[in-house]
Amino acid sequence: MPETTFLDSTELVLNMGPQHPSTHGVLRVILKLDGEKVIGTECVIGYLHRGVEKIGENRTYQQFAPYVDRMDYVASVSNGLGYCLAVEKLLNIEAPPRAQVTRVILTELNRIASHLLWLGTHALDIGAITPVFYCFREREEVLKIFENYCGARLTTHAFRIGGLQYELYDGFEEQVKAFCDMFLPKVDEYEELLTNNRIWVARLKGVGILSGDECKEFGVTGPVLRAAGVKWDLRKAQPYSGYEQYDFEIPTGENGDTYDRYTVRMEEMRQSVRIIRQAVAKIPEGPIGKTPKVIKPPTGEAYVSIEAPKGELGYFIVSDNSTQPYRVRVRPPSFVNLQALDRMVRGGLIADVVAIVGTLDIVLGEVDR
Amino acid sequence: MADEHNAEGSTPPPAPGGASEPVKPPAAAPKAAAPKPAAAAHAAPKPPAPMAATPWEGELPSQIKERFPDEVTACSSYLGQNFVVAKPDAVIPLLEFLKLEADFDYLVDITAVDYPNRAERFDLVYILYSFPRNERVRVKTAIADGTELPTAVHVHTGANWLEREVFDMFGIQFAGHPDMRRILLPEEWQGFPLRKEMSIIQQDDRWVRENLGIESGH
Repeated sequence: MPETTFLDSTELVLNMGPQHPSTHGVLRVILKLDGEKVIGTECVIGYLHRGVEKIGENRTYQQFAPYVDRMDYVASVSNGLGYCLAVEKLLNIEAPPRAQVTRVILTELNRIASHLLWLGTHALDIGAITPVFYCFREREEVLKIFENYCGARLTTHAFRIGGLQYELYDGFEEQVKAFCDMFLPKVDEYEELLTNNRIWVARLKGVGILSGDECKEFGVTGPVLRAAGVKWDLRKAQPYSGYEQYDFEIPTGENGDTYDRYTVRMEEMRQSVRIIRQAVAKIPEGPIGKTPKVIKPPTGEAYVSIEAPKGELGYFIVSDNSTQPYRVRVRPPSFVNLQALDRMVRGGLIADVVAIVGTLDIVLGEVDR
Repeated sequence: MADEHNAEGSTPPPAPGGASEPVKPPAAAPKAAAPKPAAAAHAAPKPPAPMAATPWEGELPSQIKERFPDEVTACSSYLGQNFVVAKPDAVIPLLEFLKLEADFDYLVDITAVDYPNRAERFDLVYILYSFPRNERVRVKTAIADGTELPTAVHVHTGANWLEREVFDMFGIQFAGHPDMRRILLPEEWQGFPLRKEMSIIQQDDRWVRENLGIESGH
């Protein structure tokens, strides 16, 4: 940073965050500006670092499960699913079919909740105030289902290693079906508000372009990758929890800009509803699985990843045949995706930074862990 | 207690025959006797058995071995997941080879594992994925404390932050990295939290005192 900054100099360094409403948490971006044009950025992260991986080494496998919910706290069910699958892989066990279908339903509901939070706040950043109220209204219905199922709304700890903790409550299927019927028209409603809105289109089209090759170069996954035209979704590429049984599409974009990422996520919500409807219609009878009292996976290591709402969420766990993981590594999609921010905002305007941080859909709890 | 571990923990699919306490003693006896002949895979004696990895056979591993005859020490597979163990100098050429000639174009993650009792105390793990093949492979290497490893940024741009995090947490330096600084912890922080000698509540007391104005955070 230069010692003195003059307004007439060509380069101005400006600090955005960490307490800035559009950084969605505590992200600090140091912007290098030429007038209103961004010529460089640097992200300062770590404000929410809690040492989740260290905690994992000091807890038993079961004890660590609730902690993972606190990383991406708007998609805690996905976090829990990834962790349970990773430990189950190390143990070489599989959850029973009833548990798997329930997991799919809750995880897809969580994807909708996560995308709704993204849509509301993203639109708010751009200047559209209405959608955030609508989105939170519908998200509330998802959270009610979580609350009815496990008592918690956000950090749910919904799954257990080996299956589920709770049997489905009476009326679960009806409530989920009712949500699906109610929700699909709402997505059209959001689209009516935004998709052809002139301000929305002007602020989003051609902004923050990231091509498919650039995504692969940075390891960017999730809707950002798909918006760049790469048809890749772990639920299809390497199915887990029985995703291969469900009929659904992978929406993709063409230009890899902020607008395409918007359309991709909107379509993903519809596809999630499609998956949920199929799953609810055929919840099999049977056991929901039982967590072993003592979990001591044989010595070894495994990497298991799932398609979280933000991208590839992976767990690399090393076991030394004790009751605690020897090492837990979380591969967080938000952290990896955020790295591409600099490439996306360079050459754009300062107002676009707000749009691009929103469109990346990061959660700082997961970036910093 | 130890018997309970064996009975419940190491038998892979615990038959969900739920009734807990009274059923156990009779159930444990035949269980302990039955797996004995075939139990070599997870016999769990006092020093934990090494990872029961099997050799990874196929076209790709033989290509790798042909290309790096001395540098690659093993191509193995565990739980259906393949990994290559290489010498530290060979990691970057191997990543390049995998990217350019075997289509492993997506660097998923870089991380490390600390084994303080080993001479080469750190395992570095590179997780790769190939979009065309829809396949994963891990590249592993072991280095001693204080040894630098060349950076992978020139092969995969995304390695930048991942290597910074490994440095931040383990203190492993990457030679040639464009921006080798801490990423999550404050820059002036002393100590590397994911090293095994660091206890979970240990922190840089001086930093906490000077910057937060409190004597101790725990």
